[in-house]
Amino acid sequence: MEFALDLSANKYADVPYEEKERLFNEMKSDERWPHVLYGCYECGICVASCPSARFYDFSPRIIAQAAAREDVDLLYTLMNDSVWDCSQCFSCDRCPRGNSPGQIITVMREVAVRNGLQSAKEALEGYGRIIYKIMSTGTQVSPDMLQPNAFPDWGGHVNEISEHLEVWRKALPPETLHTTETGWKVDEKTLIELYLIWHMTGVMDMIEQIDEGLYMILVDVMEERLEDAGYDVTFD
Amino acid sequence: MIHLPILKATDRKWETDPSQAPTHDLKDEIFQLEKEGEWIVQRVPEPYFEVKTKYGRIKKIPLEKTWHHKSCGQCGHIPGYSTSIFWLNRQFGLDYHDPTNQTSCTAWNYYASATSNPEAQAAVAIRNFASAYKTGYFPLIHCGTSFGHYKEVRHALVHQPELRRKVKKIMDRLGLPFVIPEEIVHYSEWVYAMRDRIAERQVIDMSHIVATVHPACHYHKLIEEDAIYSEEIYGAQRTAIVTGTLQALGVQVKDYSTWFDCCGFGFRHILVSRDFSRSFAVQRKIEVMKEEANPDVVVTHDTGCVTTLDQSQFAAKAHGKKVGVPVMSDSQMAALAMGAHPYKVLQLHWHNTNNKPFLEKLGIDWKKKWDEFEAECEKIRKGEKAYLTWEDADA
Repeated sequence: MEFALDLSANKYADVPYEEKERLFNEMKSDERWPHVLYGCYECGICVASCPSARFYDFSPRIIAQAAAREDVDLLYTLMNDSVWDCSQCFSCDRCPRGNSPGQIITVMREVAVRNGLQSAKEALEGYGRIIYKIMSTGTQVSPDMLQPNAFPDWGGHVNEISEHLEVWRKALPPETLHTTETGWKVDEKTLIELYLIWHMTGVMDMIEQIDEGLYMILVDVMEERLEDAGYDVTFD
Repeated sequence: MIHLPILKATDRKWETDPSQAPTHDLKDEIFQLEKEGEWIVQRVPEPYFEVKTKYGRIKKIPLEKTWHHKSCGQCGHIPGYSTSIFWLNRQFGLDYHDPTNQTSCTAWNYYASATSNPEAQAAVAIRNFASAYKTGYFPLIHCGTSFGHYKEVRHALVHQPELRRKVKKIMDRLGLPFVIPEEIVHYSEWVYAMRDRIAERQVIDMSHIVATVHPACHYHKLIEEDAIYSEEIYGAQRTAIVTGTLQALGVQVKDYSTWFDCCGFGFRHILVSRDFSRSFAVQRKIEVMKEEANPDVVVTHDTGCVTTLDQSQFAAKAHGKKVGVPVMSDSQMAALAMGAHPYKVLQLHWHNTNNKPFLEKLGIDWKKKWDEFEAECEKIRKGEKAYLTWEDADA
């Protein structure tokens, strides 16, 4: 059987060990790390319950083991070539050792994004419009995303929804749902508070690392709204 | 694929004992932190139901005065899901608040892209809780992921003083109180708590209906001790949520071997790697359900699960897979049982898999109902009315 995932250190042999170690230290210094990693019995319960393991060359056990052994080379490989396959369902939380491989992966992904790893950029290709939607409007998916070209595998029913979208949204009894560009009506003040949260927590810096174009668009939208609301905030 | 036999119930009585719980009760620390002035704890308003969670602890579920923390996936793509929750509240004459000062929990994006961090996620959660607190209504979380994520956030805030300090600073700058609800409550827990009252008002017989239940991962796997369990259902060996509601409605709930599996949503995958979501939903869930239980309907209680299990069946049909089971939420099933309109309230036209045979089996004339809905849409198109009202929905 041939595996797609190359776990030898060959692929990233050109990346200095010091750089891999720096990234590992970032993971290890995360406040969650000691609460989601206690060691590994190698029992494989996490793999048995993992949806991604059934369809990808992916193993939460390997990730937990590499993290427990502090295998810096292997963790670098996994951070680039494996963590984005995880479904983040947390079925692996049934680990008898108390590990949460899903949460270990969450931390690894954050480090990958914060450092602008090319593999993270590739994993999130095509995903930018979703980040834009949630960060700028406060709701993640909107009715007007239901376009046939975005969901061709969902069939003609998407076409029908998009054709009748305006009327069908008005044919919803809850008054907050008459929107097409957001999931529900969100107050202007609410958005301002959300933008201030992104500003104060360094999330915009993460976006800049992963997608500079998206970052610039978000900055434009947010700074204008914040300025109109009387805030002197820049994301530089 | 290996098919495992479905385990039969044993005569053994499982009784939960909170004193034997492997985890400690977070509530002690939540109230202690309030005493120390760290935050305000918003109490569950009276009257409330008391239900048992995994280790036998009591969880309070508010009857009314609920602040509906909506779900972006439900409101955006399957709006009959949320509409049914509101409709149920209205039918019982309960006081609720549908806020516009609410953002998504943003956890779908967080689990998909990691373009956020614990501080931001906690601040978003507390901002929403502060918004609820100011109205005097108690948060009722519509989305399973928001529910699980908020429990994770609460757990982190209790155990990480530095995170609390950072979030407090943000709330101070926003001029908002630092509030944590006494309980994090999912809407399906409210439906479960209301199940006997709903059954009393049932007008559609469902005793000949076979359903399979998909329990949402982020409901019972994240902070697992805070999910509802009952000795009456699967001997308290798996969550009672949804199954308990359906049984109260007389539905025959059938078991299947892959009940623990996720739906295949994957957060990132459902949006940009759907080949995985489709494959998993069909091969590990729908086909197994068909083969082992042959249900008339799949019922679940989370946004992504309804979406993935329903939408994934279209492409699979073209490949000759054993699909074709309608999927809906427990709130939609409960509303339908109480006579809600399948299009004006349940909004089934936003769902994908053919649900007309299911409606026919319930004795519902879907053609007549669709014509009624279309007539209302026509009035909107002609400008004769601006919107469909709650009164129209029940006309």
